[in-house]
Amino acid sequence: MIKKIIPVYENNSPIVILDLLLEYKISDIMSKNIVSVGPNVIMREVKTLMKNNGISGLPVVNGKRLLGIISIEDLLNALEDGLMDEPVSKHMSRNPVVLEEQMPINFAIDYFEKYSYNRFPVLNSNKEIVGMITSRDITLHTITVMNKEIKRLEDSAKQGIRTEIGNIIRRYPVVQNDFKNAGKASSGIKKVLQEHRVNRKTIRAVATAAYELEINLVAHSLGGEIICRITDNHIEILARDKGPGIKDIDLALSEGYSTANDWIRSMGFGAGMGLPNVKRVSDIFNINSSENGTEIRIVINLPEIIKTDSTKKVQK
Amino acid sequence: MKIKELYKELGFELLTTCPDTEVVIAYTSDLLSDVMGNAPDESALITIQAHKNTIAVASLAGINAIIICNNRKAPDEMIEAANNENIAILKTPLSQFEASIKVAKTLGIY
Repeated sequence: MIKKIIPVYENNSPIVILDLLLEYKISDIMSKNIVSVGPNVIMREVKTLMKNNGISGLPVVNGKRLLGIISIEDLLNALEDGLMDEPVSKHMSRNPVVLEEQMPINFAIDYFEKYSYNRFPVLNSNKEIVGMITSRDITLHTITVMNKEIKRLEDSAKQGIRTEIGNIIRRYPVVQNDFKNAGKASSGIKKVLQEHRVNRKTIRAVATAAYELEINLVAHSLGGEIICRITDNHIEILARDKGPGIKDIDLALSEGYSTANDWIRSMGFGAGMGLPNVKRVSDIFNINSSENGTEIRIVINLPEIIKTDSTKKVQK
Repeated sequence: MKIKELYKELGFELLTTCPDTEVVIAYTSDLLSDVMGNAPDESALITIQAHKNTIAVASLAGINAIIICNNRKAPDEMIEAANNENIAILKTPLSQFEASIKVAKTLGIY
């Protein structure tokens, strides 16, 4: 078995790469201006043609019908044996391996791996020769296309292209005074958004709200939970606890007001900015509190998903 | 400026492994809610809050380096969390005020 040395079209290749390998046909990238010779041309003339055109192999044709391939190696052999005045038909390789113009370019890559030839003639459906393809053609084409595609992806990444989320629900229990684990819920939520490539600004807003709500439960409540529901349009965070409730909600929402004790303050919390921070970054902010518990529900809208070419399916 | 250049130029002690990230600005604060709400992306946080929660806030806020002032001791669990989150911790005997001036000069901000 031949070992694959070009790992570009494995199943797990990026869609961009698969696209460009399957979308473009050999006729898109082959050289159409082919230099060819008839079967009766002598080897000396072939030498001149190769030299003048800077090529190392050419097809031997009769009209549009391919008869064989003459390469620089054949030429060297003829030179060594002093047979430069013999016709090309005596020195060419007959029945050359060919490609068809309608094949996707991954066939060509396959062939270059499988055979040691540097070029393949390309035939149309009528078995007429229409072009030649070299590995140089493939290199130039793929680099050009990849360049364009990566530029496009870079540009769209700047605009915050994100993937579809569907409906994700996460639930995080929060324990009173458990500062060691504080931040687990918010980083979990942040990670989901990052995985779906939500833009940084929105992630920051969500992380801020989630973290403040989480810290509030740790520092001020008897314990509770953070429930988070993420859809394609928005993220909803519900923070609820078992008490003891907020005595004056208006006061709790004003910046600088805090009921935190010295211990909480010594850790950098309790600056009275928590709830105001949450409210600032939220599109919807609801709070209900009694001595049996507090429930805060916030919604942050996510920016629209922009459809791009890279999300389309690869046709086989 | 890359963190690996920054800490050498500042002459501050590096307590974590050195991440290959950059710092373009700094924020000085000891109130974590203030940091959460206002610290810019790709910043260094100049603070005396040497505990694990600072790492959580830094990670959520996109802070790449934490500069602990007044030679406060960073607990092992904080250093471990920082390494996990790819955040650098630097330590200095300077105060927050002095450290801020030095960082601003090094970053070429003032």
